[in-house]
Amino acid sequence: MSDESHNYLNARKGLWSWLSTTDHKRIGIMYAIACGAFFLLGGILATFVRTELGEPGETILGQDQYNQVFTLHGVVMVFLVIIPAIPGILGNFVLPLQIGAKDVAFPRLNLASWYLFMAGAIMAVCGWLFVGRVDTGWTFYTPYSSGASNAVLWLTSAVFIAGFASIFTGLNFIVTVHKMRAPGMTWNRLPLFTWAIYATGIVQVLATPVIGITMVLLFLEKLLQIGIFDPALGGDPVLFQHFFWFYSHPAVYIMILPAMGIISDLMGTFSRQHVSGYTFIALSSVAIAFLGFLVWGHHMFVAGQSALSSIIFSMLTFLIGIPTGIKVFNWVATMYKGSVWLRTPMIYALMFLFLFTIGGLTGIMVGVLAVDVHLHDTYFVVAHFHYVMMGGALIGLIGGLHYWWPKMTGRMYNETAGVIAAILVFIGFNLTFFTQFFLGTKGMPRRYHDYSEFLEIYPEFAVLNLASTIGSYILGVGLVMILVYALYSLFRGPKATANPWGACTLEWTHTGPVPDEHNFHDTPLVTRGPYDYHLADDVFGKKTES
Amino acid sequence: MSSADTTLKHYFVSHEQQFDAAKLGMWLFLVTEILLFAGMFVAYAVYRSWHPEVFLQASELLDWRLGALNTVVLLASSFTVALSIHFVQKGENDKVVVLLIMTLVCAAIFMVVKYFEYSGKFSHGVFPGAGFEPHGIVDGKDYSKYDIPFAPQFFSIYFVMTGIHGVHVLVGMGLFGWLTTRVARGHFSPQYYTPVELTGLYWHLVDIIWIFLFPLLYLI
Ligand code: HEM
Ligand SMILES: [Cu+2]
Repeated sequence: MSDESHNYLNARKGLWSWLSTTDHKRIGIMYAIACGAFFLLGGILATFVRTELGEPGETILGQDQYNQVFTLHGVVMVFLVIIPAIPGILGNFVLPLQIGAKDVAFPRLNLASWYLFMAGAIMAVCGWLFVGRVDTGWTFYTPYSSGASNAVLWLTSAVFIAGFASIFTGLNFIVTVHKMRAPGMTWNRLPLFTWAIYATGIVQVLATPVIGITMVLLFLEKLLQIGIFDPALGGDPVLFQHFFWFYSHPAVYIMILPAMGIISDLMGTFSRQHVSGYTFIALSSVAIAFLGFLVWGHHMFVAGQSALSSIIFSMLTFLIGIPTGIKVFNWVATMYKGSVWLRTPMIYALMFLFLFTIGGLTGIMVGVLAVDVHLHDTYFVVAHFHYVMMGGALIGLIGGLHYWWPKMTGRMYNETAGVIAAILVFIGFNLTFFTQFFLGTKGMPRRYHDYSEFLEIYPEFAVLNLASTIGSYILGVGLVMILVYALYSLFRGPKATANPWGACTLEWTHTGPVPDEHNFHDTPLVTRGPYDYHLADDVFGKKTES
Repeated sequence: MSSADTTLKHYFVSHEQQFDAAKLGMWLFLVTEILLFAGMFVAYAVYRSWHPEVFLQASELLDWRLGALNTVVLLASSFTVALSIHFVQKGENDKVVVLLIMTLVCAAIFMVVKYFEYSGKFSHGVFPGAGFEPHGIVDGKDYSKYDIPFAPQFFSIYFVMTGIHGVHVLVGMGLFGWLTTRVARGHFSPQYYTPVELTGLYWHLVDIIWIFLFPLLYLI
């Protein structure tokens, strides 16, 4: 068995040993720190945005400042948090362990990806802070962006560079899954989290280059006025939207697929059952990855695209509901007749099920042509994408972090604190964003800093917005609470055992409480599936955490 | 862990596994390159289908003889690089060095020709984007006659596509230079020659993209 005192965290010491590491587990931790910091920044900006909207009239932000703040909020949350976070943190930490590999296929490329990501992130934030406050929204639509301040050059370069970080991460994971699996780890024994990261990798590799070239063209549009996108120069702004969404719709699957993978693993572990419909869940990830490339036009129903294309895009959008539904029903079926063990990670898994379903169904609603004409660019859309991105991807990430926390840090967190924070997050989130569905159906437009002029017709805007703002504060308290007890656990938490959840996958069964530098002393020989819980109690021992 | 074999990384089980992984990684990278260029090909297709006459007329200003010369040069370099892989597999490293240098020279010729094409255009006001102001007479063609709507788009696309392609050629030159020194220092053997193989794959892609650029921009 492993020597408790020797592990990947203390194998080497000093800051430089981290900054120069090629250990996938340490790189995962570095992503965790970086994404955590950006999430804090994005969250503070969101609080500003919500506070401005809490009361009618101008309160803390002027019109221009408001636009600048929600732009940075969107850029940070999308490009620096949700897209990199799950593959970067958990993909890196967990995936090689789950398949019994010593590392990813290209460890140095992995480290280089982190540096690219950081370079992009620093360019984005510094460009916004010191060069010019871009106010185009995270979508950079032309001609706003081609006419905006020169800081657009910084932001587009940043997205380009961070994009390559994402490409290399995806590429690394695809090759790792293909070539580095331990003996006996066949494709139908891959844990579903690994399957999901694999499918995500496909999207990252196929979609991200397109945003790359779009950003290059936008950069040149701004620098040399090449006239591809800017209507004033004979260019076509709708072409920009096509390019942008050809990436950015698949990108929403870069955000959600890994979270779905986490949920599958959580459902299995905490229901103590084989995950129902394993093959369907695995392949529906791949199906979503490919279908996701065919629906980008649903963002442009009112942007002057032809009626025929709109109809086709609308129908293809509905198709995505099928693989997604397959997953949701299988998760529910996994709990059925299982012995559900309600620990913090599982609470987040249930929360995901609830919030993501709302997000997904409202997505189908805005995919309906006639409905979307009414709802486009209203708060309904804002609520929809927060239900998927935050209620789905981010809640999945938080659940996964709680689940793998003992393995990453070797410590347990306080379960009671975890439950209380989860409840706060749930209440706060719904109060913040469910109200926005009502605002949106009444026609409150997004990206406005003031709604006093609507109050005559819709006096309820005031109270709905206030409720949403109060909700965002509750949500903020819940999230800060997680940060506090996580830090506490890091220093004071009780030591974790090697497999506190009694899980079946290799990262729990074949490593010490904290894995050592090279993951496994001997390469595991895999003889069973990832969720063979009918063997669990005799083979892996009883669950130990009280 | 045996220390004798320094080319096998500790996280791989065998040379075959390591080589396969590297090759799959390179193929995936080439897919991303194709998609990167695909964006520009789409832009080309869109503008061409909207303004076919303008594209036809504007492309007259590009000298197809220089384009054809560059095509031949690149094809030759693809051949030499393929041969270099063949010989590195057989362990005949002095031939590999010569072939890699020949490839490097071909790439350099390509860039020199491009340099003359670009500077010829710039000196007559043919710039990408807002600076577009063609003037002067070359080869009996009066450039000022080409100052028509949407001709700037053609040249923007021309400069962006060939420019980004040119950057890839420069990267390739850097890689060949680096490879040459490594071969000369005896880093490669029939057991381990992954970097040569991967650079070769990359170079074929750079070549293929040009094979598409040349007719689309110069000929039709
Ligand atoms: C802490 C909780 C959050 C609150 C209170 C919040 C609030 C807001 C608000 C008020 C807007 C501006 C709406 C408008 O006028 O257009 C917005 C936009 C946005 N948020 Fe959040 N947000 C939160 C978390 C997140 C997360 C986790 C993500 C990650 C994906 C995210 C992504 C976005 C995006 C992409 C936009 C659109 C930006 C744009 O259209 O330019 N938000 N958010
Ligand atoms: Cu979409």
